Amino acid sequence: MNFGIIFNILGWIISIEGAFMILPGLCGIIYGEDSWLYFIATAVVTLILGIILIKRKPKSQQFFTKEGFAIVGLGWVLMSAIGAVPLYLSRQIPFYIDALFEVVSGFTTTGASICPDVEALDHAVNLWRCFTHWIGGMGVLVFLLTILPMAGGNTMNLMKAESPGPSVGKLVPKIRDSAKILYFIYFGMTILQFILLVCAGMPVFDSICTSFGTAGTGGYGIKCSSIGGYSPTIQWIVTIFMILYGVNFNFYFFLLLGKNKKEAFKIEEVRWYIGIILVSIGIIVWNIHGMYSSLSHAVRDASFTVGSVITTTGFATADFGTWPVLSQTLLVIIMFCGACAGSTGGGIKVSRIMIILRAVKYEIDSFVHPRSVKVMRMDGKPVEKDTIRAAIMFMSVYVMVFTISIFVVAFDGFDLVTNFTSVTATFNNIGPGLSLVGPTGNYASFSILSKIVFIFDMLAGRLELFPILILCSPALWKKR
Amino acid sequence: MKIIIVGCGKVGRTLIDQLSHESHDITVIDHDTSQINEITSTYDVMGVVGNGASYKVLDDAGIRNADLLIAVTESDEINLLSCLFARKAGIKNTIARVRNPQYEEEVNYIKDELGLSLIINPEHAAASEIARILRFPSATKIETFDKGRVELITFTVESGSKINGMNLIDIANLTKAKVLICAVMRGDEVLIPNGRFVIEENDKVSIITTSQDAKGFFKKIGYDTHQVKNAMIAGGGKIAYYLAKELDSSGIDVKILDWDEERCETLSELLPKATIINGDVSNQDVLIEEGIDRTDSFVALTGIDETNVFLTLFAKQRSSAKVITKINRINFNDVVTSFNLGSVISPKEITADTIVSYVRAKQNVIGSNVETLYNIVQGKVEALEFKITANSEVLNKPLMELDIKKNILIGCINRNGKPIIPNGQSQILKGDKVIVVTTETGLNNFSDIFVKQ
Repeated sequence: MNFGIIFNILGWIISIEGAFMILPGLCGIIYGEDSWLYFIATAVVTLILGIILIKRKPKSQQFFTKEGFAIVGLGWVLMSAIGAVPLYLSRQIPFYIDALFEVVSGFTTTGASICPDVEALDHAVNLWRCFTHWIGGMGVLVFLLTILPMAGGNTMNLMKAESPGPSVGKLVPKIRDSAKILYFIYFGMTILQFILLVCAGMPVFDSICTSFGTAGTGGYGIKCSSIGGYSPTIQWIVTIFMILYGVNFNFYFFLLLGKNKKEAFKIEEVRWYIGIILVSIGIIVWNIHGMYSSLSHAVRDASFTVGSVITTTGFATADFGTWPVLSQTLLVIIMFCGACAGSTGGGIKVSRIMIILRAVKYEIDSFVHPRSVKVMRMDGKPVEKDTIRAAIMFMSVYVMVFTISIFVVAFDGFDLVTNFTSVTATFNNIGPGLSLVGPTGNYASFSILSKIVFIFDMLAGRLELFPILILCSPALWKKR
Repeated sequence: MKIIIVGCGKVGRTLIDQLSHESHDITVIDHDTSQINEITSTYDVMGVVGNGASYKVLDDAGIRNADLLIAVTESDEINLLSCLFARKAGIKNTIARVRNPQYEEEVNYIKDELGLSLIINPEHAAASEIARILRFPSATKIETFDKGRVELITFTVESGSKINGMNLIDIANLTKAKVLICAVMRGDEVLIPNGRFVIEENDKVSIITTSQDAKGFFKKIGYDTHQVKNAMIAGGGKIAYYLAKELDSSGIDVKILDWDEERCETLSELLPKATIINGDVSNQDVLIEEGIDRTDSFVALTGIDETNVFLTLFAKQRSSAKVITKINRINFNDVVTSFNLGSVISPKEITADTIVSYVRAKQNVIGSNVETLYNIVQGKVEALEFKITANSEVLNKPLMELDIKKNILIGCINRNGKPIIPNGQSQILKGDKVIVVTTETGLNNFSDIFVKQ
């Protein structure tokens, strides 16, 4: 392990976080809230610490896959630990473990809250909660890659570890340019949504927070009713943007900069994703239309909820805990499915599910024709054996972590639906589950142990298991 | 520049290694997925898996926006085909590696017809470099520039040498030859010397000169200037063939040893003047019988690096012949140079070097007044050629009166096609081409070499 470079890059990560933290500080000053002091103080201390780490030049600039994974894993843990400090110090969230839960939930774009009443929080705190979604959505290391002049393909290991999906590629030859394009698209969409929301009559502060929350597919509401209290137009804008952020960003790249714009619409994953969304909305509308007086309202609520759940955002307009069991079950299923690879959403990812389904089909075929040879294809290109193996491996580990988590959480003695959906909602970075943790509930009532499990699940879910799991491997920490 | 490299074998890798550190946008194409995976996780480049001669694959790699395509796959035909498609897609600069000797005579025809910028034959290039050294055994490396009119010769100063311990002014007075010592490599460091610089033992000295003046210089400092009388070549591959042809035309007797009888017959057919021996080169008796003790020079060119190294060490032990070793695998370069193997030649490195200098020259010519650019002394020194078109105050003045920056040297002035090796009294006139030698990079204009007032 090259600890020199790890500390150096960790220095960069916390410096960026420190710089970002100035924004809620300024917000606090504008609204005349006391909490600004804690944000600015934490930001300054973090910046100083970060710069000290950056100034310590590592002996060797070289790093490999293990360092890449360790940097990402440690980076996210460190970032969360620091991000929770101002919430705790300002006494807005009186327990550190709760503050940590809140910030991890933010960075991992989960949106699960332990706050019973978010409207009572300071503006600065609410802005920071939503801003963490925006930072965590595209990833802080991807951001780092846009500003850090690092040569060599080693940096690809950072992007690979942080970006979701079964196989991570570059859009253009240089990683720095790739990262810039991603952030350019991300930033552009955020601004666009903000302008549309303001035009639709949402207050400016709410628009900023909602745009951040949607962009990262996070889902922190700054109102107790989440998005439910806003006008139907606003709800539709948020619905559409949630679904857009769940699309593989390659789609936008092809659309904006590609040689052949039609290629964008040929991405199989995006077609499947849109297909799943449409079918789910259809079934739920059919299932719930009796509960609504007008069909348009039913369609709006169903679309919003499906968009919110499949992209793992977690905003809510309706309490789907009161919907029929069929709709609830379908929602839980698409919670697992998740959004596209290379988007800001969480979950297992559509493309990974496609790969696993095809692998299963080939396995069955191989019983019928034992000697048959078949190469799996996606978007017309052969899928590497390694990618298939990794997808299946991911699935197995996913199930293991999931099972253990449910077992540990069960010690709290809540009902099975609460246990199951709370782990589902945190592990897949969604936020609200069903029963106690439904759209109207929160995570405050869980024990400290359960909260730690949730924090672990959220981080593992966002970073797709291995960067977090690798931190537990003793072999990683050996100097040689 | 946007560069597409087709094929990531050893040459491809060397190119990627060098070019990716020079802020080019590089896309590599190879049919081997695992190769591409490895390359893209080591270097900041984009990989495309597929056949480099397929238009669809080239299109995927962004051929329509690229500036340069370099085709270095195993197959000549694929290389030529990719270059052809690239030309049709509008890329101005294409480079192909073509190594089949059958195409050798048609190289110029192919180059013109397909509109290629450069065709490189690694074996031929290696043979030419070996031949240059054999014609001038005192040198460890000879590079040519200005269309071959000017040579850059590198030689090692041994303990008994006359110039050991002398400074450059004394050397100039001693030799009175038109020779400019432009760079000295001491250990890993490259120095641009001035007049008071003292040469030490084991320095690798590079001089700029013309081939006629070189002879006089080396004679004065007590080095052998005769070309070797005969050459013994172990291994009868393509390089041996090209080398034998070149040496033949310089009147050097050639003896080639190869274990394959059929190959020996072919060589004998192609090279009527050469002596072809069918025997196992790894057998000491064969070597001794064929006169390794008495030969003037020994070149180890078998296909196996290890064998070549042992052969050279054996030859060094038995005789004082000039030895040259071919090494294919460049991964262990540092280890290899730590042996005393005489001149080490690597065809792949020569190929990559040639292409990289071409790219650098292209890159540097964009937005600057550099006519051509050469990388010399293991890429640590740049020689830049400027054409003096505009009037400026530095013209028509003796060089000693000009205030030139540190680590920069005016190496050669080319006036009306005649090279002049400058001294303090030389002047630069309008219309001259000036070669500047420097360890700095990023010089764009001739005026950049002077200290700004």
